[in-house]
Amino acid sequence: MAMTSSMLAWWPDLLAQLVQMLLVLVIAPLVLGITRKVKARALRRIGAPVLQPYRDLWKLMHKEAVLAHNASWLYRVAPYFVFAAIWVAAALVPTYATGLLFSWSADLIAIVALLASARFALALAGMDVGTAFGGIGSSREMLIASLAEPAMLLVVFTVALVAGTTQLSAVAIHMVEEPVGLRVSLALALFAFVVIALAENARIPIDNPATHLELTMVHEAMVLEYSGRHLAMIEAAAALKLVLYFSLLICLFGPFGMATGAQTFKALALGLGVYLAKILVLAVALPVGETTIAKMRVFRYPVFLGGAFAAGALAVFLLFVSKSF
Amino acid sequence: MTPVLVESGCVAALLAAAAIAIALGRFRAGSPVLYAATLAISLVAGGQAFLVLLAGGAVSDLLLPLGLPGVGARLRLDALSAFFLVVINLAGAAASLYALGYGRHEAAPSRVLPFFPAFLAGMNLVTLAADAFTFLLAWEFMSLSSWALVTAHHGDDRNIRAGYVYLLMASAGTLCLLLAFGLLGGGGLSFDAIRAGQPGGVVLVAAIILALIGTGSKAGLVPLHVWLPLAHPAAPSHVSALLSGAMTKVAVYGFIRIVFDLIHAPASWTAMVVVAAGGITAAIGMLYALMQSDLKRLLAYSTVENIGIIFAGLGLALAFQANGMDWAAALALTAALFHAFNHAVFKSLLFFGVGAVLTATGERSMDRLGGLIHRMPATAVFVLIGCAAIAALPPLNGFVSEWLTFQAILVSPQLPQWGLKFLIPAVGALLAFSAALTATCFVKAFGVTFLGRPRTPAAETANETDGFSLAAMGILSALCFIAGILPGLVIDLLAPVTQSLVGRSMPVQHALPWLSLVPVAERSSSYNGIILLAFLILAGALTAMVIHRVATRATRRVPMWDGGYPQTLPATQYAGSSFVQPIRRVFGSSVFILRETVDMPRPGDVRAGTFRIKMIDPAWRFAYGPIGRLVRIGAARLNRLQFLTIRAYLTLVFGALIVLLVMVAAWR
Repeated sequence: MAMTSSMLAWWPDLLAQLVQMLLVLVIAPLVLGITRKVKARALRRIGAPVLQPYRDLWKLMHKEAVLAHNASWLYRVAPYFVFAAIWVAAALVPTYATGLLFSWSADLIAIVALLASARFALALAGMDVGTAFGGIGSSREMLIASLAEPAMLLVVFTVALVAGTTQLSAVAIHMVEEPVGLRVSLALALFAFVVIALAENARIPIDNPATHLELTMVHEAMVLEYSGRHLAMIEAAAALKLVLYFSLLICLFGPFGMATGAQTFKALALGLGVYLAKILVLAVALPVGETTIAKMRVFRYPVFLGGAFAAGALAVFLLFVSKSF
Repeated sequence: MTPVLVESGCVAALLAAAAIAIALGRFRAGSPVLYAATLAISLVAGGQAFLVLLAGGAVSDLLLPLGLPGVGARLRLDALSAFFLVVINLAGAAASLYALGYGRHEAAPSRVLPFFPAFLAGMNLVTLAADAFTFLLAWEFMSLSSWALVTAHHGDDRNIRAGYVYLLMASAGTLCLLLAFGLLGGGGLSFDAIRAGQPGGVVLVAAIILALIGTGSKAGLVPLHVWLPLAHPAAPSHVSALLSGAMTKVAVYGFIRIVFDLIHAPASWTAMVVVAAGGITAAIGMLYALMQSDLKRLLAYSTVENIGIIFAGLGLALAFQANGMDWAAALALTAALFHAFNHAVFKSLLFFGVGAVLTATGERSMDRLGGLIHRMPATAVFVLIGCAAIAALPPLNGFVSEWLTFQAILVSPQLPQWGLKFLIPAVGALLAFSAALTATCFVKAFGVTFLGRPRTPAAETANETDGFSLAAMGILSALCFIAGILPGLVIDLLAPVTQSLVGRSMPVQHALPWLSLVPVAERSSSYNGIILLAFLILAGALTAMVIHRVATRATRRVPMWDGGYPQTLPATQYAGSSFVQPIRRVFGSSVFILRETVDMPRPGDVRAGTFRIKMIDPAWRFAYGPIGRLVRIGAARLNRLQFLTIRAYLTLVFGALIVLLVMVAAWR
């Protein structure tokens, strides 16, 4: 692995790491654009062009940031921190190749915790100005996190018990190279993961990314005061987070096609193509799924996310009973 | 001079300081002089222990002609004692430094000054004791001196009640330990004799249970935790920090000493009891911490949660040890000890922060604070670091120890016992749950206290705290970072401890490339805080720079927007109780015994509406309430015995003698 390899063997891994960092950054707004377009088409609207998120970000970045009088330094730093934390997390999830230089510096638990750091900062920023909407958004965001994060850790445990490791690159290699087969535990974990991913990315049925009624928002209410470049950072971070969860889904449950062995150019190109195809499939599937269901009331969340927690717990239980589940 | 002599010299110096402090309390300059002295002594004691640990934990002994005739007081400094001495004296030194500033605000210094060094001396002596008598004596000394500190502000009825509950719990705990040592010490009271002569069967089971109750009541295991949320708010803040940061660790030390060292025959049922107690304690502690508005009560319940995590780690270590998985036992024990160290650091830091807020505003309730980040910027930064560390966020230290605990859970399917196989995943889920709730809890604590707009004039006019307090908080914040990004160094320091207790230590970490953390094998898991931190700083700074250069850095200050209808009243902000209302509602019926009463006046009625939340800790309702009632009924019945005639008393005494003699005869 990268950590023990000699100085000379670094550069391909470093290159893979840099490409990965840029890749997730570049495709994130596009993925968001595709989901919005597909959703609009599914609702028989024409919808904005798929490149609209790039334009939005560009526009927001060039606007002056409007701050409330009593906004503190935390309010101004938080967007950059949130963006950095999610970007770093997304850069550490193997997407097209496992040979990333720094993938060993944080395992799956650390990636979940990095996302928790980002959420911690954003929830605090939501409370900084002292508005009712910021507070309601932070409060509900943390409620969702309190229910989703333990379920996520149970999914992590499940995958780690199947693969014998919490290192994402090692998990991907295990899933590709070993005859893992169809497993009850992984199916339960997949169900839990999808529920968690919907909740964490503020998608229907937990939250509505397109709503304009403050009271029905969670994530959007929390960042209601933000504007200009700060809002651009938060929007970019949200887009990156969606890509991160897609990548995690691919890496944990369907890493076929990923360049796991020798990192030749052909393997890398193939891995990249397969990854992008899978992202496209997910970016279409998400809005199609979303249009078929309705948003939930806040106090239905515990039931929904509790289901994910129960599924994750059951999967871990089964694996403690026998490795073959 | 042997290390143990240095440490006992420090204990003696602390006791002398306590005696001198009785006189010092009358002078204005008494408080800084005393705290400077305790700071120096703690640094010496902690530094010596650190050196011992660094050198591999060589054992040194001392026999003092004190204590029981013929037994004497045995003191011993080994790796385990050295580690806990480092933790205790680190917290002690930080508290002393903090109190150089904070102590000036003390209304009645003579009620605090003599007991503070005595309390430190007691804690130090517990970890040095090498015979049951000295151990119990030091333990009780520690309890009583801390009780005096808890009741220092005895003008408030609540503090008197807190002191009463604490005294009862402490006495009950010591009684359990006394009985445990009684059962173990058949062959003699020195620890060596106890190690040599192990009882078996029922006696051993009883001893382990008694030891768990005795140390657990000091540490705050559910349902023995009820004194913490009462006693911690009552004490002055630097003492709260010690109660929470150091004394609960002394309890953890006591448990490790008895169960891992003295009884070195671990059984899987012990492990099950301890793991289950740890998991339940973590979850219940955090759920209750979430519901608190009083900052010190919140921190006290959070201590309960952290003790749960530590005990879960210890239980895992016992489980692995019982099954001969030494390497995994070393991992779990390291996780528990690392967390004990971390908790001492960040919990002291947070109590200092709350103390600073208390001095500046006179308020402990977060619902009467707000916006302090503007008035107390440095305190806010340090408390934020403490909150992030305790919420187990990378790249700070709390994350590393929780990560290690999770790694230990992930190797536990290899355990053969079915009971453990079913229990450990459930405990893993509980720990994951409490970790997630912790983040929510500290978003609430920091957000409501330091962010938003001030809710009272006191919060609006608060001033930054003094330099000593800031220095103490700054040092502890730095430690949160250092232990978080260089965890390998801490783990290597713990190696002699785990080596002496489970016969194995974790692989050497500091020699690994890039200063990474690899607990088991490189394939299975690794973590690198430095690279993560570097990545975060680089990514954040780079983005900010690019945007400022390429796009714009213009900002405009305006009144807040709030969806177009800004409410200027500070009371319209989310407060502590509203922030957790969703969680209160989710768990209200199942975990909390909760009663919400809304009194809404009818239209036209001009009186104020009220909303009350009443929560009762189930421990009070289901455990202590019935016990209290039993005691009261029993006392009422036995009261009649106080008014008997002389003849009846003589008959009673004679009857008791006969019964005892018969019992002795039957026992033989």
